[in-house]
Amino acid sequence: MATPPDQRPILIAGGHVVDPVGGTADEDILVDDGVVAARGAGLEAPPGAVVVDAAGKYVFPGLIDMHVHLREPGREDKETIATGTRAAVMGGFTSVCAKANTFLVMDNPAVVEFVCSRAEGAAYAHVFPVGSVTEGLRGYGSLSEIGSLKEAGVVALSDDGVPVVRSDVMVAALRYAADFGLPLIAHSEDYALSAGGAVTEGPVSSRTGLVGIPPEAEEAMVARDITLLREAGGKLHVAHVSAAASLAHIRRAKAEGLDVTCETAPHYLLLTTEAVTGFDADAKMNPPLRDEADRQAILAAVADGTVDCVATDHAPHTPAEKDKEFARAPFGVAGLETALRLIYTYLVLPGIISLERMVELMSAGPALRLGLEGRGALAVGARGDVTVFDPAAEDAISAASFYSKGKNTPFEGWAVRGRVDTVLVDGRPVVRDGRLIEAAELA
Amino acid sequence: MVALQSKDLLGIQALSEGDIRVILDAAANFQTLAARPVKKVPALRGKTVANLFYEPSTRTRLSFELAAKRLSADFINITAATSSAATGETLTDTAKTVEAMQVDFLVVRHSMAGAAHQLARQMECSVINAGDGPHEHPTQTLVDLFTIWEHEKRFEGLKVAILGDHPRSPATISNIYGLKKMGAEVTLVGPSTLIPPGVDQFRVRVATRLEDGIAGADVILLSRVEITDANRLQIPSLREYARFYCLTPRRLALAADDALVLHSGSMNRGVEISPEVADYAFPLLVQQVTNGIAVRMAVLYLLAGERE
Repeated sequence: MATPPDQRPILIAGGHVVDPVGGTADEDILVDDGVVAARGAGLEAPPGAVVVDAAGKYVFPGLIDMHVHLREPGREDKETIATGTRAAVMGGFTSVCAKANTFLVMDNPAVVEFVCSRAEGAAYAHVFPVGSVTEGLRGYGSLSEIGSLKEAGVVALSDDGVPVVRSDVMVAALRYAADFGLPLIAHSEDYALSAGGAVTEGPVSSRTGLVGIPPEAEEAMVARDITLLREAGGKLHVAHVSAAASLAHIRRAKAEGLDVTCETAPHYLLLTTEAVTGFDADAKMNPPLRDEADRQAILAAVADGTVDCVATDHAPHTPAEKDKEFARAPFGVAGLETALRLIYTYLVLPGIISLERMVELMSAGPALRLGLEGRGALAVGARGDVTVFDPAAEDAISAASFYSKGKNTPFEGWAVRGRVDTVLVDGRPVVRDGRLIEAAELA
Repeated sequence: MVALQSKDLLGIQALSEGDIRVILDAAANFQTLAARPVKKVPALRGKTVANLFYEPSTRTRLSFELAAKRLSADFINITAATSSAATGETLTDTAKTVEAMQVDFLVVRHSMAGAAHQLARQMECSVINAGDGPHEHPTQTLVDLFTIWEHEKRFEGLKVAILGDHPRSPATISNIYGLKKMGAEVTLVGPSTLIPPGVDQFRVRVATRLEDGIAGADVILLSRVEITDANRLQIPSLREYARFYCLTPRRLALAADDALVLHSGSMNRGVEISPEVADYAFPLLVQQVTNGIAVRMAVLYLLAGERE
């Protein structure tokens, strides 16, 4: 991201710093020259500093969404790096991981370099590319040029959107990726079980006449990948966990000491398959919404530490694509601008998780898993990525207000508490008073 | 007469350090012959050597042929394409038919592991393994050891890095056995996907970064890397392999001064070896071919001694 000239120091004063790694306290944060320059109670504002009044507000290390489909290059009608990262910062995220299922696929250094150079010029948030595991996301054939992808800047590998179908490919990928220290992010889906499906298999699929996808489609693949990880070594991260049975495998693997982590998404924490009964394709995503028992199991796993990260799986689509017969509509939910407020309102306020745990799930956890140094905590010397959240605000989710091109949210009209007040990316304010600062205003 | 204590030469695994030294010493003697105007000796006069090759390997085939002829043995060449093997005859039946012609040595090349062992336990004649797929290729290793000895005059503590498509390379396993028996320190270099499972048993070091693997190496052993159906998953592309594992002058500079670069033949310039390093290594590669005849003469001669 381009740093504007004569950037002034910023003092975030009087807030409650929520930082599970660096410590939670009522402290001020001074950001200067792109990094956290000082932290403590009653800091003096240096001459010329901008003071952000954070009294009554929470100050988080910038949130990190490790699962975002920015769609560029190739599907700029759905989203671009510019629009997607505007949505990110408005949702409190200072970093996003861009998934590889673009057109061209991010399976070679040239596309990664394109995304990085686009982000350099156009992004509001940091963009960390995730390279594909296999050439063309085919799941068989050849591995991507994983070492070259790493040198081009990818932080992880994933064929997300599709599973790595063949076990021998998964073994080779785990081994090869480990040489370069890259985690493999698994989209866990057994195609033979999920083929043609649109919703979770069960009473709702029968009632609606939609083809079902059983939770075993996810569980079987999670179990396979853990089995392969045990022999092949490497780092496995299971994306968008939706089923209780999958969590049981992950819990056991962690207890065994395997290097496995996982994420879930806000919709699996807050919705069940009942949301599709009106045939609203905005509630269609992959894996599909599950039943209440699964939802409760995921809530428990988020609280007990089995789930390491909450990621949005931000998957913007055009209204025309979503306005199709349910079975024909694409999978996916636009999540960047709703995740923080939903988790705060429906998990933190009722006491299901603590405020610190929320920051762990949405900042420290992803930073740790992806090895993003200087991120996920607000220690002195850390990157100047900061999210200031005003918990007092009240609002309702409205897709019309999204900066994302994707308006496909199943949470339209949901009452939420809190508002992203101020966001700094590399010490530069990109959101102030809940308003996006246009690039032109910075120049 | 000094001789090997076995009927066959199937692999390096079964040889002792002493056996290897005997072979290398004998090879050195035969090497002096190569410089003479008349290169032939009568040591195996009246004996018959048959090459039975089920896959093409021009260098090894010619080397055995010349070795046999320089020892005054009669020599025949059978290749799979021209033999009754092409009709579906079993390996054992084909070999026994050849043996019935009073053949004393059967030199077997086959793509599948254990082929030479299968014949050795069923035949009276000496069987020499000229490469059984990814298993052993003992004479290639003996040639490498001979060349290393010529240049370094020591094995103990010698640092040797081996690069290549290990699970498919004909001589990696033999080289590990041979070098370890002689007291060298061996590092296997390559991406984890090319490191054989259970590599710990060989007591070698593994380096997934070439720079780590060849740092301070006295000898670098290379073999050809190409992409086939068998390794398509292990190597993303030749471009990527070259990016991380091609032996370039800059990388070679990390090895010991005057490090020996040995290539087992048919170099893939720009993949496992850069054109510049290939030019640097080429004289040695050619010398290896000459050495190969002396080493194979030594093997035939010493096996014949056992049979006297």
